Amino acid sequence: MITLAMNVISLSRFQFAMTTLFHFLYVPLSIGFGLMVAIMETIYVKTKNPVYLKMTKFWSKIFLLSFAVGVVTGIIQEFQFGMNWSNYSRFMGDIFGAPLAIEALLAFFLESTMLGVWMFTWDRFKPAVHAIFMWLTWLGSALSALWILAANSFMQHPTGFMINTKTGHVKLTDFWSVISNEQLWYQFPHVIFGAFTTAAMVVAGMSAFGLIWKQNHEFHLKSLRLGLIVGLIFAVATIAAGDLQTRYIIKDQPMKFAATEGIYKNTTSPASWQAVALIDTKNEKVDQSIEVPYLLSLLSYHKLSGSVTGMTKVNKELHAKYDKKFGKNMNYYVPVKTLFWSFRIMAGGGSLIALVCVLGLFFSRKKKNTLLEKKWLLWVLALTTFLPFIVNSCGWLITELGRYPWVVYGLQTIADAVSPTSTVGGLLFTNIVYFLLFAALGAFMFYYARKTLKDGPDHLEKTEIYDDDSAVDPLDQEVFNK
Amino acid sequence: MTILQILWFVVIAVLFAGFLFFEGFDFGAGMATRLLANNDSERQTILRSIAPHWDGNEVWLITAGGAMFASFPLWYASLFSGYYILLFLTLIALIFRGVSFEFTAHAQNAFQRSLWLWTNFIGSVSAPFLLGMLLTSMMQGVPMDAQGNVWAGFFVVVNWLSVVGGLAVAYLSLIHGLHFISLKTKNSLHNRAINMADKLYWLVYPVLVIFALLAIFQTDFFTKHLMTSLFIVILLVLATLLGHLAIHYGHNAYAFSASGLSLILVIAFIFNGIFPRVMVSNNGKHDLLISTASASSLTLEIMTGVLAVLLPIVLIYSAWSYWIQRKKFVDIK
Repeated sequence: MITLAMNVISLSRFQFAMTTLFHFLYVPLSIGFGLMVAIMETIYVKTKNPVYLKMTKFWSKIFLLSFAVGVVTGIIQEFQFGMNWSNYSRFMGDIFGAPLAIEALLAFFLESTMLGVWMFTWDRFKPAVHAIFMWLTWLGSALSALWILAANSFMQHPTGFMINTKTGHVKLTDFWSVISNEQLWYQFPHVIFGAFTTAAMVVAGMSAFGLIWKQNHEFHLKSLRLGLIVGLIFAVATIAAGDLQTRYIIKDQPMKFAATEGIYKNTTSPASWQAVALIDTKNEKVDQSIEVPYLLSLLSYHKLSGSVTGMTKVNKELHAKYDKKFGKNMNYYVPVKTLFWSFRIMAGGGSLIALVCVLGLFFSRKKKNTLLEKKWLLWVLALTTFLPFIVNSCGWLITELGRYPWVVYGLQTIADAVSPTSTVGGLLFTNIVYFLLFAALGAFMFYYARKTLKDGPDHLEKTEIYDDDSAVDPLDQEVFNK
Repeated sequence: MTILQILWFVVIAVLFAGFLFFEGFDFGAGMATRLLANNDSERQTILRSIAPHWDGNEVWLITAGGAMFASFPLWYASLFSGYYILLFLTLIALIFRGVSFEFTAHAQNAFQRSLWLWTNFIGSVSAPFLLGMLLTSMMQGVPMDAQGNVWAGFFVVVNWLSVVGGLAVAYLSLIHGLHFISLKTKNSLHNRAINMADKLYWLVYPVLVIFALLAIFQTDFFTKHLMTSLFIVILLVLATLLGHLAIHYGHNAYAFSASGLSLILVIAFIFNGIFPRVMVSNNGKHDLLISTASASSLTLEIMTGVLAVLLPIVLIYSAWSYWIQRKKFVDIK
């Protein structure tokens, strides 16, 4: 089994999956944190309440940590297309490279330059002007998400291209159609709202820890409520955007959708929803399931009737459509169990986040704040810190595994995309090093974030000793606290 | 070859040159934290001088990579997959260096602090060295097949030319960084940065001369482009000499410009030499050419429009960010 799995394709896939999932722990966090910090600083500008200035400074520490790890893992991501998937790069370069280059020019420069300005110019600009730099940083990160998803959307749903008959490579024919790709405009809101929710819940969850540890009361309560308000708004928005996206996926990638619901045979109309199911992928059937009547029709079509096409039929259709090009031996079944459970964790986790936000906001309302007496709720809130990361990862598993066996839907298979020069030995080595590196980076990031929270927001003032910027520890937060 | 293809070949060169110009001095400053600084507070002062900028500087590399992907996908695919391990090591160096800035600030004790400072130093030394090796080893023709796959074994990557090339880039970065420190600090650090650079120049000349000699024997740069290659080499030596004279006589800003120009000229030398190819094959048959490795004309047109609009904006706010943070730092007493 192990020897079977040790080939260039599976090792390259493992490396890509590992890098993407690790990178995507920090990307939503830093996109969302940019927004949270910008909101905090803006409230400070409006209200002049110093607690919001403290919030801006304290939470930006966590933001900067996530930003640092996100940036460095992002470089790997960009280089990996060429390093591990050179045939993919040759095939897709005409279309895939442009969004990446635009992302760098339009978004990364803006994001990193403005963050550099923001960090070190507290004493040089009026608070209102200073806040603009964080908004620009955030804008940069949101724009980068847009462009990388434009590239990803082409891989999910190719548009605006033709195949160059001489080279066999994709050739761009309509750039506008690449940007106006429907897939993109269903995917982008879902991902970006999810990112906002992530950081909001981390702020709320970490504040709950602060309250449990009986740190600065006002600070953490205000942070918690701000986190919950932003979290609730965007959790609901994420679910709504996800619903729209799902209905699009039913039409566009029926195999992906059928797999997330574990449906082999076409369902009856109305269709019932399988909450949990034991799936037998070998014999292509569902052994046992707990079903809720009508719900699948309701979720899929927003009405009480309508059947859903099963994987068996989709498989036949795909064979009919692609056998000429890819041969009869292709396997069009995606990893069904992973998709089925990922979807449940994603959707369930997302709904849970919204519910936790409602509970937290209700029990901490100004007129009758009983949150501190409810130890269980504080712990639930605290533990919710980690939930968005699991939810986000599951979302990506569905998106990326769901287009198996293609790397570009209907155009290039994963096996054809890999670098011919890659070797098992080389990949094994880099996989191990990346794994250890990611583990170490993740551990330090977690450790420093936890330590920052343990020290608490009041630690900021204790270390505030500086006389102009002529004589300060450059990277110490002291400078930054100015 | 169309005009757009040549333009994008130049753009890729400019982006790599921009990367070495900007990130070069913060690599150099990172090296200076061990080679120049005597104590922790001096290290902090040096790091503080590049802290707001290193991240934006690194985007030049990301942009160069992305732009190469967009404008010459076949080049990007061959180069990045062929130089797999070298690029991998470069990435590791850049990752450790990148997180060290933030992690140093969060370090909980002396051990962790010194761990991240060393991390920064090692990353700052090895990244320009490895990138220099990459850029110079592909000057001499690499084993390629008809599909453009590069089979770069150990001795293709590690040889006299590439090692000296790596050293040249690393030394020039160090000098560039010392010039930057001389501009950004006062008193002791400022004086010592000038002194150290002044002496280091004597080490750079032999490296550059050996590099030029190796280039004559190991590459076809001087047979294919004799006049331009010679011209650029002479400019490179002149720029280095100029930097040396400038720092010797206390014209720090000129010295900084001159050392930056030297790094730009290294890139100019390489891109001039490989023209009209983008990857040189060792058998001369499977060269990747500008005319055949590029993206379609539509993609190039769109990217040209994007670049024409965005690059000036990027340059303006980058310059502005340096301008508003132009203050000099004095070390903690």
